[in-house]
Amino acid sequence: MSEQQTIHLIVTRQDEPNGTPYQEEFKIPYRKNMNVISAMMEIQRNPVNAKGEKVAPVAWESNCLEEVCGACSMVINGRPRQACTALIDKLEQPIRIEPMKTFPVIRDLIVDRSRMFDALKRVKAWIPIDGTHDLGPGPRQPETERQWRYELSKCMTCGVCLEACPNVNSKSNFIGPFAVGQVQLFNSHPTGAMNKEERLGSLLDDGGLQECGNSQNCVQACPKGIPLTTAIAKTNREATKYMFRKWLSM
Amino acid sequence: MSTQRSFFNRRLHSLLGVIPVGFFLLEHLYTNWHATKGAKAFIEQVESIWSLPFLLLLEIFFIFLPLLYHGVYGLYVALQAKNNVGNFGTFRNYMFMLQRVTGVITLVFVAWHVWETRIQLAIYDFTAAELANHTHQLMQNPVTLTLYIIGVVAAVFHFSNGMWSFLVSWGITVGPRAQYISTWVWGVVFVLVSYLGISSLLAFANPEFMQQLAQR
Repeated sequence: MSEQQTIHLIVTRQDEPNGTPYQEEFKIPYRKNMNVISAMMEIQRNPVNAKGEKVAPVAWESNCLEEVCGACSMVINGRPRQACTALIDKLEQPIRIEPMKTFPVIRDLIVDRSRMFDALKRVKAWIPIDGTHDLGPGPRQPETERQWRYELSKCMTCGVCLEACPNVNSKSNFIGPFAVGQVQLFNSHPTGAMNKEERLGSLLDDGGLQECGNSQNCVQACPKGIPLTTAIAKTNREATKYMFRKWLSM
Repeated sequence: MSTQRSFFNRRLHSLLGVIPVGFFLLEHLYTNWHATKGAKAFIEQVESIWSLPFLLLLEIFFIFLPLLYHGVYGLYVALQAKNNVGNFGTFRNYMFMLQRVTGVITLVFVAWHVWETRIQLAIYDFTAAELANHTHQLMQNPVTLTLYIIGVVAAVFHFSNGMWSFLVSWGITVGPRAQYISTWVWGVVFVLVSYLGISSLLAFANPEFMQQLAQR
C-alpha cells in the first residue's frame, strides 16, 4: 500500500441550463470511508481533471449528509440515489456520476425539482385547519394506521422514484410515484381524511395515478424504502370506488 | 368527467383488455383447440358459434371495436414509455417492457390474422369446412406457422401479464404478497393457454388434418 491509490470518477457536466452536457474525468486521492460527496469536496479543493487541466469545480447540492433531506440525488453508476450514502468503497470504478436528467439540469449535478413541489401543491399534500381558534384535540388514530403513515412520511422529495420510473419522461406528464404516497399519507390521517375526495380527485386528473405502468422500479429505487407500489395499488382501489360512486350518484 | 378524461380512458383500456378482448382470446383459443381432435370437431364448434343470434353485432361490439380501442390506445401508451431495463434489471421492469413489446407484436399479428381469416371469409363466403381447409392451407407454410406461433404466444403473454396489471390497476391485489402470488397464478395461465394455442396451430398444420374429415 506504499503507492497512492486513486479514485477514478467520470462526471457528466453541464455549464448552464441550456448548455451541452459533456463528460469529464477526475482522479482523486483515495482516503478511507469516502462517499461521493467527499469525493466532490476533494475536486472542489483541487479542481484538476484527469488530463491535469485546471477546471471549474463540479457543482452539486447536498445538505444533511444522512439521507433525510433529499438534496443530493444523482445518478451513480446508472442508479439514481443519494450521493451521501453512496460509499466509494462499495462502488465499482470508474464511478460514473450524472445528474438526474428527468429534471431540468441547472448546472453539473444540480437539478431543478420544482415539478415535485408543484405536484404536492396539486394533490393538496397537507392538512388544512382553518381558523385561529382552538379546535380541541384531533381524533386518535389506530397504531397500525400510524405505522403505515410513518413509512409514507419518510418521503424527502428526492426525485429518485421519478428518475427510476419508465413512465416519467418528456413524452408523458406523469407527476410521479411519490405524489401517490403523499396522497395516502394525508388521506389516511383522521383529520386529513376530511379532504380525501379532493386529493383523490386531483390525483386522477391528467398525468395522475393512471399513468402508472406497474414497472415497480419506484419501490426498488426509493432510498427510504417507502411502500410506493402498495400505496399506488391502495389508491387504485380507492379510485375504483370513487369512480363508481361518482357515476352512480350523478 | 372532463378533467379526468385520461383516467377514464386508461381505465376503459384496462377493462376492455379483459372484458371482452381477454375473454374473446380465451374463447377463440378454446374453439381452435378442438382442431386437435380433428377437423370435424373444429367444424362443429365453428358451426355452433355461427348459430349464435346477432352474430355480426357481437363481432362488431364485443370484438372489433373494443380490440381497436385497446390496440390504438395501447400503442399510444407503449410509445410513451422510456424503458430502462439496463439500469433496473428487475423482473417487474422486464415484464413492463415485455408487456409493451408483446402488445405491439400482437397488434400487428392480429391485423394480419384478421386479414387472412375473417376478411377472406367475408370475401369468399366460406362454409365452416372451407374455413377449416383454408386455415389448414395457411399453416402449410412454415413461415406463416412460425409467425403464428410467435403471435399467439405474444398475445397470450400480453393477456396473462395484463391480467396481473389489471388486478393491480383496479386495486384488487394491493400488497406485495398478493401481487407475488398473482405473478405465479398468471404465469401458470400463460403456460396453459400457450399450450392450447400452439397445439391447435400444430393440429391445423398437420398434413392429415383434412383427411381425417374425409375418413369420417
